[in-house]
Amino acid sequence: MASAPFTPASPMGFWQTFGPRADPVTALNWGFSALSVAVVVIVTVLVVAGVVTRAQRGVTDMAGLAVSRPPGGMRWIYIGVALTFVALVASLIWTVAVLAAVNSPAGRPAVTLEVTGHQWWWEVAYDGGPGESFTTANEIHIPAGAPVEVKLKGADVIHSFWIPALTGKTDTIPGRTNLAWLQADRPGVYRGQCAEYCGEQHAHMALYVKADAPADFEAWRQGQLKPGAVPATPDAIAGQQVFFERCGACHTVRGTEAGGAVGPDLTHLMSRTTIAAGTLPNTVANLSGWIENPQALKPGAKMPATYVPPAQLAQLRAYLETLR
Amino acid sequence: MRRLSLPCLACAAVLLANCTASRPPGGASAAGGDPQRGRMLVSQVGCGACHEIPGLRSARGLVGPPLLHMGRRTTIAGVLPNTPESMARWVQHPQAFVARNAMPEMGLSEAQARDVTAYLESLE
Repeated sequence: MASAPFTPASPMGFWQTFGPRADPVTALNWGFSALSVAVVVIVTVLVVAGVVTRAQRGVTDMAGLAVSRPPGGMRWIYIGVALTFVALVASLIWTVAVLAAVNSPAGRPAVTLEVTGHQWWWEVAYDGGPGESFTTANEIHIPAGAPVEVKLKGADVIHSFWIPALTGKTDTIPGRTNLAWLQADRPGVYRGQCAEYCGEQHAHMALYVKADAPADFEAWRQGQLKPGAVPATPDAIAGQQVFFERCGACHTVRGTEAGGAVGPDLTHLMSRTTIAAGTLPNTVANLSGWIENPQALKPGAKMPATYVPPAQLAQLRAYLETLR
Repeated sequence: MRRLSLPCLACAAVLLANCTASRPPGGASAAGGDPQRGRMLVSQVGCGACHEIPGLRSARGLVGPPLLHMGRRTTIAGVLPNTPESMARWVQHPQAFVARNAMPEMGLSEAQARDVTAYLESLE
């Protein structure tokens, strides 16, 4: 059995990153944190020193202090302004350099993806030209060690694409296309999350980036390019009819008459590890509960309670389990 | 035929078991499972997607019945007496007792079913 894939110790932590599109941001994070701490320490020390010095000088004429200032003492103002100016300019240059490093095009990307933020899930389209394109949801596979270009779109409201271990936040805005770059140094599973409040289920809008060894990525890609499995058992065949009647208006299974474009593409549903944008592990029990009544599990989700009769649910399950 | 005979056999076994065994208090269940492991399994397989389960915050499904007081209820799914033996069989193979009911075959092993049962029986 294969060992569990590498995953960062803190899945949403941004202090440790695993790719060239995020590493400069981590350095900047540490640098700015150090600078901020230094500013607090220096200002605190100076204020305390000023108070102590004044007390030692034995100033007693409190009424006169507001309108008179003893000569001198401007030296500290000049030093303070100069230090602040240098620190701010250095921060600005560093920030702009980091933005350039994480956003500049990396020549020819190994893979180009289009990720669309929906309330509340992620549509992921792989654009490989005619016959080489497919759509999936909530789980992005990329080849480790190669630059990946991500075109970001918004379907309804503004969302934000954030994979802290691999790339900083980039908004997905309806009506425009933003660009982000991803590159994972090593194979592993990296968690992401919508980072712009987008409505009731913003918190249940996660995604996973799975960086595969190049050969594994290619195998996965070839699997995803295939149309949905043709059901063979009586239950699965009946289940496909239930799917056409009850699910196909919103969900697509490529190669069948189910072609809805409202919810996630389910052509290879069972190849994903979670359902409902990372809300639940993809187990047969969770799938059943989700199909029957998603509103109890993710209130406000666009999928309504289906009231599929139990006998049909069993058939539907038999069909969905073939979608590997 | 087979569909009919399975529940009958189970009921008979359960009735016989009831004559001799009474449920030991707390901790270990008559089915011999570990309620702590059972609790973890219940989370992992996703029972909470359909059932509300007291003590499991994420278990808030509104598809099947809530499992409140499951250890004190007298029947399972309206067809089985609620004993550890029948519960262990039910959580493994619900489709064998009521064909095409909404609850899926869970793919639990014998030992896992006993653990889940121990947990469910602990819901007083």
